Amino acid sequence: MSGDHIYSALSEEHGGDARWAFGTGFTDALAGVDTTVPEGVDGDDLALYCQMLGDDALVQAQRLTDWVTDAPELEEEVALANIALDLIGQARLLLARAGQADGSGRDEDAFAYWRGPEEFRNVQLAEAPRGDFARAILTLLVLSSARLAVFSRLSSSKDPVLAAVAAKAVNELAYHREYAVSWALRLGDGTPYSRERMVAAVADVWPMTGELFATHPVEARMAAQGVGVDPAEVSQEVHRVLTEVLTTATLDAPAPFPEPVVAGRQGTHTAELAPLLTELQKVAREHPEATW
Amino acid sequence: MVTTTREEQRDRLWKAAAAVTDPELPMLTLADLGILRRVEIGDEGTARVWITPTYSGCPALAEMRADVHRAVRAAGFDQVQVHTELSPPWSTDWITDEGRRKLLENGISPPGAAPRRASGSVPLTLLPTRTVPHCPQCGSERTEELSRFGATSCKSLHRCQSCLEPFEHVKEI
Repeated sequence: MSGDHIYSALSEEHGGDARWAFGTGFTDALAGVDTTVPEGVDGDDLALYCQMLGDDALVQAQRLTDWVTDAPELEEEVALANIALDLIGQARLLLARAGQADGSGRDEDAFAYWRGPEEFRNVQLAEAPRGDFARAILTLLVLSSARLAVFSRLSSSKDPVLAAVAAKAVNELAYHREYAVSWALRLGDGTPYSRERMVAAVADVWPMTGELFATHPVEARMAAQGVGVDPAEVSQEVHRVLTEVLTTATLDAPAPFPEPVVAGRQGTHTAELAPLLTELQKVAREHPEATW
Repeated sequence: MVTTTREEQRDRLWKAAAAVTDPELPMLTLADLGILRRVEIGDEGTARVWITPTYSGCPALAEMRADVHRAVRAAGFDQVQVHTELSPPWSTDWITDEGRRKLLENGISPPGAAPRRASGSVPLTLLPTRTVPHCPQCGSERTEELSRFGATSCKSLHRCQSCLEPFEHVKEI
């Protein structure tokens, strides 16, 4: 048995499952899950919808890892890296689902490493520059609140795989939002300097929030079929949550969300996404057949 | 040749899979953790095992899958399939009493009751929003949270204000 110590697993036979480090022997994230697309559901739409939700998580996670080795405290680095890891887990499941739904059989790596920026479907706020810690916290607060609202509803999706992924993710997202809330309160209601940084973060991030509640035609069709969630539907709830948090942090009540305009969901991105993906995809593209 | 009934085989399969340990919490077996969901012997004699991930991104899952595969083969099953079951999502409430005892014995504070899901409401306080764990070393109730996220997805970091020792706590989920 290998269980006595994690490193003992490294020295044992793994058959064809080659690896060089603990935790890197990834297999299909959905191995053994019944992945039939429910009757009457359009597979191509479902695949695009899964890419939208998966790309939000993947790109946000990659952006969060900018903080690794560079966070204000070791504990915050560990927290942000853990949040990124949860999001990568969600992205893997969703992108694996996308490859089954459209019949292409592409795996999660094909989506993560072999698409260009214009093929990514994440909202632009996920790719926005990390900024200072206050901005990172506000971005996390906004994204986790919106994602939690959507995924809570998605837990009753007609697609059983999407429903299961969402039900699992909801528990994780609640922790992410709690973390962001705790720091928003400390910074907003902290020193004049920390408060100034939070005020600046709200001013920087707010113009990008409208897109989170814009409905792409695929989202509208998926929502109509009971498979997806129309993001416009959660706008009020998310605004209420953010207002509650920011006012408790003694900051001004935020302005209404800007007009919802579809952008990243149709492949329109800021100049920030390409360099983020270059870094994410570098090793896979330089060593396409490598296993580790 | 020894003939065994389907039930005996199934029992042997369950025991083999249940004894596999978690690579990150090696004092716990998959059965202690509650991530071993069910086992089945297929018509062709294929041993099928279902496990569920703790967190979506838990990197130990691939390792556990490989360990289950190896353990079940070592128990005499030639054809082995290890499946992932996502629904219902794993909860720390599924950690057995035996598992909780082992955690405590190893200086890790076991989880309290999992929170009810209330996604609409948001806790607006800096005071602890979940169970305050007791110190696994000295039993003191006076402990503080250092970080809600620890060395692995499933744990948070704390410090005892009585004996001053830091400790890990398995987060309620």
